[in-house]
Amino acid sequence: MSIELAGVSKAFGSKVVLDGIDLEVHDQETLAVIGASGSGKSVLLKTIVRLIEADAGRVSVDGQDVRSLSREHLHELRRQIGYVFQFAALFDSMTVFDNVAMGLRRSGEMTDASIRQRVAESLLLVEMDGYESRLPAEISGGQRKRVGLARAIATRPKYLLYDEPTSGLDPVTTAVIDDLILRMARELSVTSVVVTHDMQSAYRVANRIAMLYSGLIRYSGTPDEIRATDDPIVKGFIEGRPDLLQGAAA
Amino acid sequence: MRRALEAPVAAVGRKALGLTAGFGRFGAFVLSAGRALPDVGVWGRLVIIQMARLGVASLPIALFIAGFTGIVLALQASYTFTGAVPLYFVGALVGKTMILELGPVLTGLALAGRVGANIAAEIGTMRVTEQIDALETLAYDPLSYLVVPRVLASIVMFPAVVAFANVVGVGGGWITSINLLDLSTPQFVRGLRLFFEPFDVQYSLIKAASFGFAVSSIGCFFGFTTQGGAEAVGKATTQAVVVSSMLILVLDAFWAVTLL
Repeated sequence: MSIELAGVSKAFGSKVVLDGIDLEVHDQETLAVIGASGSGKSVLLKTIVRLIEADAGRVSVDGQDVRSLSREHLHELRRQIGYVFQFAALFDSMTVFDNVAMGLRRSGEMTDASIRQRVAESLLLVEMDGYESRLPAEISGGQRKRVGLARAIATRPKYLLYDEPTSGLDPVTTAVIDDLILRMARELSVTSVVVTHDMQSAYRVANRIAMLYSGLIRYSGTPDEIRATDDPIVKGFIEGRPDLLQGAAA
Repeated sequence: MRRALEAPVAAVGRKALGLTAGFGRFGAFVLSAGRALPDVGVWGRLVIIQMARLGVASLPIALFIAGFTGIVLALQASYTFTGAVPLYFVGALVGKTMILELGPVLTGLALAGRVGANIAAEIGTMRVTEQIDALETLAYDPLSYLVVPRVLASIVMFPAVVAFANVVGVGGGWITSINLLDLSTPQFVRGLRLFFEPFDVQYSLIKAASFGFAVSSIGCFFGFTTQGGAEAVGKATTQAVVVSSMLILVLDAFWAVTLL
């Protein structure tokens, strides 16, 4: 098991976001986590890298209990995990090159020449070569997401976590990002978790889809299985039918 | 009657509790930043960049304020002394007041606006756009990367800026005295040296260093704790400037009580 969440809970004040969630992500699998806006998908992703501390339960990556790791060991683990943010979260005072090189410089093990080469390889993988000297403000939203992906893969991580990678993008750019997610999984053999509410994207990139609802995993299965489910909550969400959701909730 | 009194008392109580909790959070934040000090590999080269951004770039505004303060001090001293105190005391008043009080305090307040606002707005924006989270995922400690270099740079550069401001302030007073008052350079210098103590300069620079720490750490704290969007960044920036300005005046009184 490469990533495992067992009984994970998180509340903000009186609002319970994760309510004892259990989830497993297998080696080299791409799992899409779907759910309505505000259902806690991003919180779930952030608890995996401890950007948000879970209140209870066990979060395990590579057999290591993330919640009990020391600061130093947490940093070591984070070097194995690439995180792609919803709005890219590029450092806006740095060029594209420096953004992608940030994680590589941190390790202190690479020479300037090998950092330059790795940055070039990473930008080539996401088809952003030639943009090294641009600032984030000088490129489009889709390009920023691609640079964010290049930054996440530059350290050649074992895991890639994507937070809403296609939100706010046009259908063509969405397809480009989906292809990149598939390429990363194929060419870098990474284990991926993709948080999204875009069902077309989820069907395209995922081996397995899990739906988050009311703080729990409501359903987990292959894209074909989820399409065929008769769970009204899941069906209502994937088909965009509020009548089914309301009926089930009542 | 009793019920009418309860509400304001409860409000004051809540405010006091909130303030105490805020001080506690700020203390914990500063301690955490202190624990990031051994991470020299991360903050080392960034300190120089911040020294230029926060210190060198602040010189024009600090010197502008100091120059005009020196001019006004000389003119007001002359106005006050006329006929009662020898005019060369203008040099003493300009030097003593500039070095002990107005140089560090006015520069501190100006830099609270410029540096404190800059730090809070920059870090606050990084917080709400997830850039601080991104630093963490790249295995950087944001305290080492963002807070330590800004605080250290401010502790070093505030005294440097204040030293220049003191010189320019006294210079402004001297130029005013020889051009607008009936005073010669030797007379001005005689007054300047009359009550001068080398400790005055130390006192001025110690105050400036403490102001640098206060302004930068408060700016970092409000930036780091920003939650929400653009409005929250604006609020954090305003709070940083207000709180650091107040703290400068408190520290000013503290150093006067403890060192003079």
